[in-house]
Amino acid sequence: MSGVFTGAVRPGAWVFLFIFLAALLVAPFLANDYVLTILILILYFAYVGQAWNIMMGFAGQLSLGHAIYVGLGAYTTAALYVHYGVGPWIGLIAGMAIAVACGALIGFLAFRFGVSGVYFAILTIAFAEFARIGFDHFGWVGASGGYFLPVAQYSHNDVWNLRGKPIMFYYLMLALSMAAFAICALLLRSRMGYFWQAIREDEEAARSLGIDTFRYKMYAVTISAGMTSVAGMFFAFYYNNLFPEQVFHISRSIELILGPIIGGIGTLFGPIVGAVLLTGLAEGLREIMDYFGYDAPGAKQVFYGVCLLVVVLLVPNGVWPPLARALRLTGGERRKTGEGHAGRETGEGRDR
Amino acid sequence: MGAILAIDGVNKRFHGLRAVQDVSFEVAEGAIFAVIGPNGAGKTTLFNMIAGVFAPDAGSIVFAGERIDGLAPDAVCRRGIGRTFQIVRPFAGLSVEDNVMVGALLRRPDRAAARAHARDILARLDLADKRDVAAAALTLPDRKRLEVARALATGPRLLLLDEVMAGLRPTETDRMVAILTELNRTTGLTILLIEHVMRAVMALAHTVLVLHHGARIAEGVPDTVVRDKAVIESYLGSEAPA
Ligand SMILES: Nc1ncnc2c1ncn2[C@@H]1O[C@H](COP(=O)(O)OP(=O)(O)OP(=O)(O)O)[C@@H](O)[C@H]1O
Ligand SMILES: [Mg+2]
Repeated sequence: MSGVFTGAVRPGAWVFLFIFLAALLVAPFLANDYVLTILILILYFAYVGQAWNIMMGFAGQLSLGHAIYVGLGAYTTAALYVHYGVGPWIGLIAGMAIAVACGALIGFLAFRFGVSGVYFAILTIAFAEFARIGFDHFGWVGASGGYFLPVAQYSHNDVWNLRGKPIMFYYLMLALSMAAFAICALLLRSRMGYFWQAIREDEEAARSLGIDTFRYKMYAVTISAGMTSVAGMFFAFYYNNLFPEQVFHISRSIELILGPIIGGIGTLFGPIVGAVLLTGLAEGLREIMDYFGYDAPGAKQVFYGVCLLVVVLLVPNGVWPPLARALRLTGGERRKTGEGHAGRETGEGRDR
Repeated sequence: MGAILAIDGVNKRFHGLRAVQDVSFEVAEGAIFAVIGPNGAGKTTLFNMIAGVFAPDAGSIVFAGERIDGLAPDAVCRRGIGRTFQIVRPFAGLSVEDNVMVGALLRRPDRAAARAHARDILARLDLADKRDVAAAALTLPDRKRLEVARALATGPRLLLLDEVMAGLRPTETDRMVAILTELNRTTGLTILLIEHVMRAVMALAHTVLVLHHGARIAEGVPDTVVRDKAVIESYLGSEAPA
């Protein structure tokens, strides 16, 4: 069970990371539209996986209803844009505020009244379901008939209004997922990151060390909710259509957590590795099936199920910890936690 | 020196079982105070009331001049009481050092300062060479030491130790006694400990309180208490020194 939360990285890994980043930067110039679409999806799932990981991986609070925060971010930014012409970045302030308030409400109800574990997870599902049903009847944003952003052929990329070509969305999502990675890395190393991990490991012991567990769990939910709502803005302006049955559906919440689970819960690279594996392989599978002329609508879900099964059986802590060890990217047996010790004292570069 | 901890008439019931009955005592600042008694005497329950795990049904607990009964465990810790758990609760997925870091960060928000403090404490408890090991991989004696280290890292004025010698070999017990004596002598830390290992109690405690069926049956200096008839009958039995 040790090394579960391995995230510390050797200096050599920075080279690896640099090459990876460089590849992502030039990718749109080498990829065709189809591949670009898949890359955008991968980055999207890396981003939301990272945001979800703060709650579950860092603070140990299982949310199975994260679609609600995506949906609130999406609907708020879209509605403000369509109804009032408010640009998405301004609308995002409102979207984040609403998502954070929703996360705070769920967190308050659960943590104040001692709801935890499975019961907490069920509460998060319940809220996402309320939202789905609520938006199904919310005429102002199209109710169950869907809500649509005006689409036109854009000659140039308008980042301020998020109107443009896929390549713009690619770079937006790349920037967002890099920012999410950096934020998570900072959070994990911070005082709060330590307190979260203590709560995740043993809440009662954490309290005995003076940690106001209610407060820090609230921080985890609200930060995670706020970050997730940004993905909602992206979702709305990239796809230009929103349906409650899709946006808030539980399958969306599940889909979003598979990446970090398969990649490695609580690790910094897990959500990225998981997103690459799941989305990349699922799309690859579809290609192969198309090639051979098969048409199986449920194939992706079955594939996700198989992936999950394989991971749970073979690498229960996710793909990243053993992968990192195999690539000799982390300090292996010596590093046990998600935090790099100050390398100066030991002469070993054990930063992330 | 005045009392840093004053317990007055505390009671705790669990569904009709009187786990702690009308217990009163005071711990002087800078003292090492031991609570002994047979299994189920209510020692851990008494600790849990001091540490804020549950409030007493009746009575008061005053720490450093402030009533703390009924406060939450984290609030009690922030007021300066550190505690260990009889059944150890390490943060299994974290390294030994990071376990202690969690405690050290309470009063040292700066990470570098907290880490330096954590390392000092690990060195004091002979855990320095194991700091990179996952807590899950420690042996029981090391886990006991980690419990003490983590609680100590929060910078308490009063340290509650619940059977930290249990499962230790005699040489390890002597080492722990030496560590605690040293801590008490150099930092003036007040220690309240529950202990079954009489060897440690005799060596450490300035005062001993004996609980039996939740009630106090004796209190005094160790040499007197171990000769007390009621104590011998209810607890020490043949273990008592002649
Ligand atoms: N949370 C609880 N709920 C119900 N009963 C409890 C609880 N905690 C303790 N008890 C009961 O209260 C009594 C005192 O238990 P306590 O743990 O305080 O004893 P102790 O003196 O620490 O014993 P030991 O030496 O075995 O650790 C026991 O009968 C125990 O079963
Ligand atoms: Mg006990």
